[in-house]
Amino acid sequence: MSQDFVQYLYIASILLFALSLKWMSGVSTSRRGNWSAILGIVIAILATLFAFQIQRIDLLVLAIVAGSVVGAPIGLKVSMTAVPQRTAVSHAFGSLAVALVGVSEFLQRGQSIDSVTVAVLSAEMILGFLTFIGSCIAFAKLQGLISGRPTVYRGHNIVSLSILAAAIATAAFLVLYPSMEILLFLMIGFALIFGFLLVMGIGGADMPTVIAILNSYAGLSAAALGFILDNRLLIVAGALDGSSGLILAMIMSQAMNRSFLNVLFGGVGAKKTDVEYKGGQERTAQTYAIEDVATVLSSAKSVIIVPGYGMAVAQAQHVVKELSDVLLERGCNVKFAIHPVAGRMPGHMNVLLAEANVPYDQLWEMERINSLFRETDVAVVVGANDVTNPAARTRPNSPLYGMPILDVDKAKSIVFIKRSFGPGFAGVENDLFYLPNTMMVLGDAKNVLTELIASLRSMK
Amino acid sequence: MTSLIQQDLAINLLIFVLATFLGIELIRHVSRLLHTPLMALTNAISSVSIIAALIVMSESDNRLILILVTIAVGLAFTNIVSGFMITERILRMFRRHQDKN
Repeated sequence: MSQDFVQYLYIASILLFALSLKWMSGVSTSRRGNWSAILGIVIAILATLFAFQIQRIDLLVLAIVAGSVVGAPIGLKVSMTAVPQRTAVSHAFGSLAVALVGVSEFLQRGQSIDSVTVAVLSAEMILGFLTFIGSCIAFAKLQGLISGRPTVYRGHNIVSLSILAAAIATAAFLVLYPSMEILLFLMIGFALIFGFLLVMGIGGADMPTVIAILNSYAGLSAAALGFILDNRLLIVAGALDGSSGLILAMIMSQAMNRSFLNVLFGGVGAKKTDVEYKGGQERTAQTYAIEDVATVLSSAKSVIIVPGYGMAVAQAQHVVKELSDVLLERGCNVKFAIHPVAGRMPGHMNVLLAEANVPYDQLWEMERINSLFRETDVAVVVGANDVTNPAARTRPNSPLYGMPILDVDKAKSIVFIKRSFGPGFAGVENDLFYLPNTMMVLGDAKNVLTELIASLRSMK
Repeated sequence: MTSLIQQDLAINLLIFVLATFLGIELIRHVSRLLHTPLMALTNAISSVSIIAALIVMSESDNRLILILVTIAVGLAFTNIVSGFMITERILRMFRRHQDKN
């Protein structure tokens, strides 16, 4: 097969990838989108195998078999709560693959390498290796292997930025002296240390943004590899992935009212920010028994359920769905309010609820549902906290101030199910607890909801 | 002598910039409902970098390089397999009220 013909097949792949993303715009066409991308990648791989004759078929088969043996169980078995971890792993794998190809290409070209190629390759390797180690740390934090709290110390940012500067400086020397392989390993080392420090310094609550940023880096390093190999399919696919990560990161950081730089270098959650209520008198929250809550819910005509990550931790999404069913049977209108950062990665909460068989037309985005709280009888908050705190609107000295929140406080009654009175990720007390129309129910979300459902069922 | 990368740099940069704009416009219209499967999908798409590993594999007989690219092919293929499977699994879960089961 001639090289030209391969280029046309690559264009077909590019077209299929673009269509795939277009079809992801709605649920009804989304599966077609997935299959279009699969077709695109199959065409790309087959075209490459025809055009570039690989001598070592044994190694190729080994790699493909290993990839299938590892990949298929991940693809089939991973639970929906663990999808963020799996995403971190896939960013780690993807960026390591790209970084290793970069190293190979550098060694391959040897003495004949020119300075522009070394410069682009260096950028590609730095990006690849820092994304690799950063994604490993993100995985460890999401999986709970290490603490989700940011590990920061005095001068943390100065140290990590100096290491990044050292990596770039080493890359500059490598451009001048490409035959000094020691510089290559030094540069990789600096990139790994920088990636490690960067993500260690970021808190668990910021993971949705971090994952999106790592997504973007992984894409950019793939695009950089495309420049080196003069492969336009790689450039386009990398750019699509890079821009996707960028947009998701922007949506996430906007939803937390923070800038990228603040997420990356802010170290929020490192210590408790004690901006507590200083209004004078002691405030008291009213705790209620489950029967009282059941009585209020039994007469409600409209209910909005506000799920947060705490719901997923308590594995309560199926009970939440059952509560919704019981209320629907009683002729009550039930909607779910989804905050953009609910969960551990962009869109995570929607997936968790879809897994529990909640129909997606019951899931409402923040912008659409906020005006409806005013005419809602009861808002039930399960495992969410900071994203419901009215302090974001009312207290300019609060760390949450300015963050877009769900206007739960505007509902006629509020039921807040919570394990304890502890603060959320931001370390701030929730003003919602102390509103006169808030009913606090303390306990494990799953147990409370199970009892609540039993209590509702016993009412006629 | 100018290298290959320099000759085509301008055209490739143009392609990169246009593809980024295309990506931003396409992703902006993706429903928020689907951001998790979107990330799984774009991740699988970017694993098309497997072709870079295949190309280097075809050009080299150096032992170290062959080891590195074999690992790269394995990692990228893991992402391709698991990425598309997870995307499919997640997308199958989304259903409307009337089309339950």
